[in-house]
Amino acid sequence: MVKIALISCGTEYSGIQKEIEKAATTFGSEIVIPEIDLDYIEEAYAKFGFPAQSSSLKLMIARTMSIIEGKSKADAVFIATCFRCAEGALVRNEVRRFIQKNSRIPVVTYSFTERTKADELFIRMEALTTSVARRSILAREKQEGLTLGVDSGSTTTKVVLMENNKVIGTGWTSTKDIIESVSKASEEAFEGTGYSLDDVDGIGTTGYGRLTIGKNMKAELVQEELSVNAKGAVYLAGHQKGDATVLDIGGMDNKVITVNDGIPDNFTMGGICAGASGRFLDMTARRLDVDITELGPLAMKGDYKKAMLNSYCIVFGIQDLVTTLAAGGSKEDVAAAACHSVSEQVYEQQLQEIDIREPLIQVGGTSLITGLVKAVSETLGGIDVKVPEYSQHIGAVGSALLVSGMGKRQENR
Amino acid sequence: MVKVAIFPPNSLILADLIERKGHEVLTLQKAVRKKVKDPDIDSPPMNLTEEDPIKGLKYAAIEVPSGVRGRMSLIGPLIEEAEAAIIVDNAPFGFGCIGCARTNELSIFYLRKRGVPTLEVKYPNTQDETTDMVNKINTFLDSLPKSNSKDLNQESFVIPGDNKSKVTKNG
Repeated sequence: MVKIALISCGTEYSGIQKEIEKAATTFGSEIVIPEIDLDYIEEAYAKFGFPAQSSSLKLMIARTMSIIEGKSKADAVFIATCFRCAEGALVRNEVRRFIQKNSRIPVVTYSFTERTKADELFIRMEALTTSVARRSILAREKQEGLTLGVDSGSTTTKVVLMENNKVIGTGWTSTKDIIESVSKASEEAFEGTGYSLDDVDGIGTTGYGRLTIGKNMKAELVQEELSVNAKGAVYLAGHQKGDATVLDIGGMDNKVITVNDGIPDNFTMGGICAGASGRFLDMTARRLDVDITELGPLAMKGDYKKAMLNSYCIVFGIQDLVTTLAAGGSKEDVAAAACHSVSEQVYEQQLQEIDIREPLIQVGGTSLITGLVKAVSETLGGIDVKVPEYSQHIGAVGSALLVSGMGKRQENR
Repeated sequence: MVKVAIFPPNSLILADLIERKGHEVLTLQKAVRKKVKDPDIDSPPMNLTEEDPIKGLKYAAIEVPSGVRGRMSLIGPLIEEAEAAIIVDNAPFGFGCIGCARTNELSIFYLRKRGVPTLEVKYPNTQDETTDMVNKINTFLDSLPKSNSKDLNQESFVIPGDNKSKVTKNG
């Protein structure tokens, strides 16, 4: 059983201890609390050097130190502090950095409220358990043989066929009946390659429909999108070593994942409002009577400051843009304002919760909207934003990469 | 006998001193015990649930972290019940602690605001200071009424000849 050390400032006082334990046991892991002597707290705290006022944060530091010094045993670490606590957030990040600098133990961080439920933690615990029990899979840096990756997402289904470290076929369709959508996208991916489903060595699935599709296709790998997207992004960006942040602004939800050596260590998933999603850009494109593929280049020519956008709500946001157009504003400025609005909201609702590490790798369908990529870079103070090739197929590429070496279909035949 | 709130709220030494003088001590352990013994709740280790930080909204607003509100849901009612209070400043965590600096600040503030006889002493660093602190606490406890809380309005809790510790009746 994978032992996950809980390092927190007091999850029991927020009434969520049981939820954390439930999430861990669901994926075959066990929560353990590193036991330490009272005297060791001061010793470890002095060594660490962070002048925390709260004694539970000193305890967090000492528990961390006890793992690094081998006094306590843990396969993985889950670091949690209260949402909105500045001191807690500082210690949470420093403790996470300390573990990553001094060990290979996988870490996931989280800021909780009393509303935190086990199912919100599932994907984190699954990813954490994967990074321990299936670390060899995440260590894969090169795709070999012929593999199929399927990303059965809530809005679109993506399929990628890879052969010897190259993408040789892609398929993309909107998700309706999930099995039919995968069949359609798979046909597209195989088209012109000379291969069929019978030729592949292995199949990997991810996304909301991964379990159903995995069962249906007898997939060798069924994996949550956190590990898969993070791995796919650093693989495509050629940045498999060191730190990175992966940003996926989706049609319905957004993901921000921080990665260390290709292994995810923290992420947030949102959002609260559709105004911070790809859906808002889709609606803007329709209102401007341009194809979504034209929105990015249009936005690149505009100035967001010239278009009024006072509301972050998708309905009132569109209304503001219409008002700007009616007042003689240009399509370019409106497109730029829409991209800027989405980028600002993602920053305010999600990116602020995370310790952004460069490079930022933007993936997903919206990463093809150049105006949005520019807006993200500007919002983050002009940092370099990488958009790798096949970024819109990220989950499928990640699945095809990770299943490589696991599938023995041809040998079995 | 009066009900005496303490800070740190789980200090066993303070609790012992108060009980020896025949007063009722309001400790965190008693509040936790009530929660733990509730057979209808299954949320180990302390049986705090999502509802408790929400109850803590009485003491701290929604933008205050859930851990502070959860702690205050236990400590707040103890402070409300207090007829006297003893605050030990700068105590190490071995003396008693609730782990959160923000909760400490809020608890001390509420104790001071409560308007009951309150003794504030600094945690001692030497043998002499320790003896001095215990004497001050005992003198303060002796000054509190033995039978009813009406006498609390009298200025009977002032420690004679003491300039270092703070004995107040805030409000």
